[in-house]
Amino acid sequence: MDAHRAQIALEVNGEEHQLDVDTRTTLLDLLREGLDLIGAKKGCDHGQCGSCTVLIDGRRANSCLALAVAHDGAEVTTIEGLAGEDGTLHPMQEAFLGHDAYQCGYCTPGQICSAVGMLAEVEAGWPSAVTSDASATASLDEAEVRERMSGNLCRCGAYMNIVPAIIEAGS
Amino acid sequence: MRPFAYERAADAAAAVAVVDGHGPDAAFLAGGTNLVDLMKLGVVTPDRLVDVTRLTSAEVEETAEGGIRIGAAVRNSDLAADPVVRERYPALSQALLSGASGQLRNLATVGGNLLQRTRCPYFQDVSKPCNKRRPESGCPAREGAHRELAVIGHSEHCVATHPSDMAVAMAALDAVVHVRGPAGEREIALVDLHRLPNDRPDRDTVLESPDLIVAVELAPLDFARRSRYRKVRDRASFAFGLVSLAAALDLADDGTVRDCRLAFGQLAHKPWRATRAEAALRGGPATDAAFGAAADAELAHAQPLRDNAFKVTLARNLLVRTLSDLRDEGAA
Repeated sequence: MDAHRAQIALEVNGEEHQLDVDTRTTLLDLLREGLDLIGAKKGCDHGQCGSCTVLIDGRRANSCLALAVAHDGAEVTTIEGLAGEDGTLHPMQEAFLGHDAYQCGYCTPGQICSAVGMLAEVEAGWPSAVTSDASATASLDEAEVRERMSGNLCRCGAYMNIVPAIIEAGS
Repeated sequence: MRPFAYERAADAAAAVAVVDGHGPDAAFLAGGTNLVDLMKLGVVTPDRLVDVTRLTSAEVEETAEGGIRIGAAVRNSDLAADPVVRERYPALSQALLSGASGQLRNLATVGGNLLQRTRCPYFQDVSKPCNKRRPESGCPAREGAHRELAVIGHSEHCVATHPSDMAVAMAALDAVVHVRGPAGEREIALVDLHRLPNDRPDRDTVLESPDLIVAVELAPLDFARRSRYRKVRDRASFAFGLVSLAAALDLADDGTVRDCRLAFGQLAHKPWRATRAEAALRGGPATDAAFGAAADAELAHAQPLRDNAFKVTLARNLLVRTLSDLRDEGAA
């Protein structure tokens, strides 16, 4: 057997996949090139821009720095998997549409997946760097959203609409 | 990226044995947020990765002595949110939350955070000389872009800084690192884990390649319940620090300093435990003037480069402000 390849299982958006991958393959490249799920974007490819953000076992993560082989058995949700089976958009997708929270749209799938993961973190009671009382439950105001979403860059600068969209979806 | 073999060992001892047998071209893989990045850049080129994410504890456990033992595989986000950490060692939670982004903290582990490499631009650019990446090739940073680099403890061979926030809080909190090597497990004080560059900047730490960090232990420290981590950087979030400080202050009933813990980040090749400043403060008044004098005692040994002397002033101001805040909150 080729030592530089591996067989892995992944559940992506509810669908099981058995895959044979080069060990160097990132989760991002596997999604885009292997599974034709091109929603997650390759921006910087170094974990600095957040456009590749997906949910791995329910947690938001940069898929460009995640080796696919190291996530054997994981459940992955991409932007393509957020809507309901009948096509009903996720509330976060609706909020981005309603607030016109994008210009070119390149960062949007990462923004939305990150925001969905972030709301679960708030729900779980996780503090952020701007949560004043570390023992208190954070409320989702503008400062909290800006801090918690700082791993997602928007080069169009659509933050003015992204922030209220996330606050609305989180309320 | 150089092709590599990937494996998961049965347990930590087996993982250590694999890397010990294979030699320095083998590397441990944890969250991958720094290692995979450096492999893409060609800065590190292992031909075998041993995945250790499921081989060490991912739990934060209370110890019999009243401290905590943090498994090396605990994710940075889980450690920051841990209720015991937030209550007893808030500086550690704050340090973690000031580092990286939400997505990266979900991947990055405690062991990997400690062993992350410098973000010196010359280290990360394989087209440039760098004594840390390629011994005896030279250090362009001394004359080049060094605004964010070291001001204390550096050498003619290397002016890199250690980028971690978490490690700075751990240095202040007297953390002990549990390491498994080929000969078994041993303990290393966190302040002794990372090295100063001297003439071997290629060695970040005292560890050998098969040494695996399995846990970090914090002893009980009552006054750490009011500890603080403060970080100064070029943008408000998701940026490496220019200077940071982890501080804990214990005041006696008469208002003098009974005890304190201080460590600076991003000033040096390692988390900089400010032992001279601590000694200057113990038993003395908790005044802004005394805080400033303590900072001066520590920073008298700084040797800033052409473009980073501002970091010395920043470090002094950060220490005075953070201690005065801790003092005033304690009196309120």
